Amino acid sequence: MATLNLTEQEYIDRYGPNPAHTPAGGWDNRQPDKLVKTHCCFCGVQCGIQLKVKENKVIGFEPWEEFPVNRGKLCPKGVKRYMQNEHPDRLKAHLIRSLDHGFREASFDEALDKTVAEIQRIQGAYGKDAFAFLGGASMTNEKAYLNGKFARVALQTANIDYNGRLCMVSAGAANKLAFGVDRSANPWSDIPQAKVIILAGTNLAECFPILTDYVWRARDNGAKIIVIDPRITPIARTADLFLPVRPGRDNALAHGILHVLVQRSWIDESFIANHTSGWENLESLVAEYTPEKTEQITGVPAQSIVAAAELWGPAETSMLLHARGIEHHTKGVENVLSYINLVLASGRIGKPGSGYGTITGQGNGQGGREHGQRCNQLPGGRDINSPPHRQHIAEFWGVEETSIPQEGLTACEIIDAIEAGQIKGLLSISFNPLVSIPDSERTRAALEKLEFYGAIDFFMNETARHADVVFAGSLQEEDEGTVTTGEGRCVRLHNSVSPPGDARRDWEIICRLGQKLGQEKHFSYDKAGQIFEELTAASKGGPIDYSGMTYQRIEDEMGIFWPCPAPDHPGTPRLFENGKFHHPDGRAKFHAYPYRPPAEDIDSEFPLFFTSGRVVSQYLSGTQTRRIGGLVDQYPEPLCEMHPLLAKKLGIEDGDRVRVVTRRGDIELPAQIVRSIRPDTLFIPYHWAGKKAANRITNRALDPISKIPEFKVCACRVEKIGPPENASTSHGQ
Amino acid sequence: MASDLTNEPSADVEAEEEVEFFLDPSRCIGCQACVQACAECDTHRGHAMIHLEYVDRPTGVQTAPVVCMHCEDPTCAKVCPADAIKQDDEGKVHTAAKPRCVACSNCVLACPFGVPKMHAEFDLMMKCDMCYDRTSMGKKPMCATVCPSGALYYGPRAYVEKYRQESPTREFHFGAQTVKTKVNMMTSPEVKALPFDVLDFLPWEGESETDASEDLFATIRSGAPNAASAAVWDHALTEHL
Repeated sequence: MATLNLTEQEYIDRYGPNPAHTPAGGWDNRQPDKLVKTHCCFCGVQCGIQLKVKENKVIGFEPWEEFPVNRGKLCPKGVKRYMQNEHPDRLKAHLIRSLDHGFREASFDEALDKTVAEIQRIQGAYGKDAFAFLGGASMTNEKAYLNGKFARVALQTANIDYNGRLCMVSAGAANKLAFGVDRSANPWSDIPQAKVIILAGTNLAECFPILTDYVWRARDNGAKIIVIDPRITPIARTADLFLPVRPGRDNALAHGILHVLVQRSWIDESFIANHTSGWENLESLVAEYTPEKTEQITGVPAQSIVAAAELWGPAETSMLLHARGIEHHTKGVENVLSYINLVLASGRIGKPGSGYGTITGQGNGQGGREHGQRCNQLPGGRDINSPPHRQHIAEFWGVEETSIPQEGLTACEIIDAIEAGQIKGLLSISFNPLVSIPDSERTRAALEKLEFYGAIDFFMNETARHADVVFAGSLQEEDEGTVTTGEGRCVRLHNSVSPPGDARRDWEIICRLGQKLGQEKHFSYDKAGQIFEELTAASKGGPIDYSGMTYQRIEDEMGIFWPCPAPDHPGTPRLFENGKFHHPDGRAKFHAYPYRPPAEDIDSEFPLFFTSGRVVSQYLSGTQTRRIGGLVDQYPEPLCEMHPLLAKKLGIEDGDRVRVVTRRGDIELPAQIVRSIRPDTLFIPYHWAGKKAANRITNRALDPISKIPEFKVCACRVEKIGPPENASTSHGQ
Repeated sequence: MASDLTNEPSADVEAEEEVEFFLDPSRCIGCQACVQACAECDTHRGHAMIHLEYVDRPTGVQTAPVVCMHCEDPTCAKVCPADAIKQDDEGKVHTAAKPRCVACSNCVLACPFGVPKMHAEFDLMMKCDMCYDRTSMGKKPMCATVCPSGALYYGPRAYVEKYRQESPTREFHFGAQTVKTKVNMMTSPEVKALPFDVLDFLPWEGESETDASEDLFATIRSGAPNAASAAVWDHALTEHL
């Protein structure tokens, strides 16, 4: 049903992505009517920025130097983020699929009525759970809360999940297992005070550029920087120690470092005795991971493993930061737990300049996973499988506990269930799974099986082309609300402009659907602030407590760190002070998982590792950034990074067209021959769609706990197709 | 001056003291925020007056941001046949004056730092003027405001001298020519002036694929990854490829 009925070029002509170098109507250099202090819409730093507004249009930006996290600093995405509101591709009307050719414009009511009729038809015929909801972590806390409530109260489906499933869930699950709570342990202001910093699997300079300055300030203070990555990324270039780990071997490397720490007695025995549990099992596990054995598994020289321990072990203060590099694995949770072991064994956590953090990729990667839009979660970080938690939220919402569905499927499993014919209908918001989920041809096949697909977005993303109804939703600057940054700081977004044309604020679309599904009393809000008041009240007493926060306080205090359980509570920038963890016994837990290989390892047929990631000028599936001309120019199309040793062996020269093949499919693109990548590994950034999508070839094998897919390692081979297509192909930027 | 714990420059101090521009390519992450932000200036919107290049992408990820160094005795002005390039009272060197510029590109060719660019659509040499519109109002230049890595920093010299490992220099030797600049280049602490030699631009000349010359890199931070050296990778695995 949901097959495409226009050509690729026809979709692009009508809906983009068309890179625009100026706003529609050209530059507007007049004096702005107002400067709105708000935040960037992209990564989890949520940099403060001021948007210039003239006649209800965003016309430019001005740095906001008073906001303490970034003090006016921005990355290129932040500089150009204002270019969306007046973009020619901006959806300004709701669309309904026309049977013969593309979409036709529809009134808001017609789009709502059609969607509600299809939800009712599908749920009537196949059961409530046959209709699924996919949310996103680029949206505000208010919308994350509302999505969860909409699925449980209006749709009453178990199958709601979000695109954070592709991003932060390994870290989140491991944080809960180790510490009893899912949040970065320290504010970023602790980074410059650390004397040694481990950056494990984080391309920090490209994905979280603002933190670079924090790391450089630590270095100025005398800190040693250890970078663990298969590629020399910009942050690795001047590291004191670089550990070029073979893809898929991260937890073995952590065990190897811990082995040396134990041997040299660089562990805090009193901290371990008083504040942790599980050390004995771990100690006997890491006894096997000698530097020599660890070198064999990881490809990191034994002396570098010892050197890492020598830097980490005796340090006075330390920070360990990691990101998707260790998390995007079928053992993502085990990897994170293994690096947390290094932190706990040192006893250096919960103090100024000492601790731990995970670097959230999405704008609201933290808050988006807290308020109930995950398949296993209710508001306040509560557990949908816990009877008292269910009862509490049922009473808060005024519904029967039995009406709240049980735990449902995760994001990739929802796509699998659509493919298997178990889920027949889907509503998605701010999610582009055709680009962002591994094995994209299978995702396409699944979309074509849906009986009904409704999509809410501000641009026509590639997945939404398959939709029956597309709602024109809102950009971040067209609404207000809050987001919670990667350090756990809840910050305030201000409304800059109203949505153009017939586009509606996302929460208004969700609420109208809820009303038309007969749940009027649960979805009647006049403004986002009312949703915020409800979510803070719902969080009271839960593991993630926002109940002391108000919009005014957040604004006055430049953000508040949760937990903040009372109006006079100052918030909690640093967790675990005095060795107090959030498990019932107050102790942190060590975990001892032996190394196991990735779901798909290299062999004679597919002898190379494939890994994927980001570039600094693009964001996630590119729905926004592939439309901004200045960012597109910076890195116009995906390139396949490979080492000259490998290229020489295969007769490939810089810029040659190559084909990378895995068991899922193949991708054709130019080669970029660089010495900054392991010779046994290929890298392609994933921001592009269709034939340029890196996720055509990645492996949809899931971590058993977090259900994150294994984006960061699978087996591939590469072959030369021919010389560059044209001489002007860019391969340097 | 700054918090001693986080060594972060505070905005009020930066505003009060005499401020200078400091350029530190060793901190640059190649993100191009500076170039993108430069192109947002109302007076030349859509056109960046600065640039940023990879030094040599095949061998590494080192990038170099290039802003005008604002020479005390600017070569670009000296070679201009039309006397179109002017220095203001503060020593900042401006874009060529439109009525005078004959678009001959002498300045483009002569500048030892490669700063001026000929903008053919305007028949005019345009270059960085250290954001005259912003700095004259007490603001920082746009590039140094947004730079996320501190590679471009605009603030008091005392901050840089107290907190940064590298030290600033404003003297450059290009063969027989000595150039003194308003903008500071951050260098290794012991370097007082920067000599430029053609060998600086050919660090890998004569090297085989796998045999990186360690000596050329002896001055960089010890243990730092050297993309030109295959030694950081796993030899055992590369052999069986």
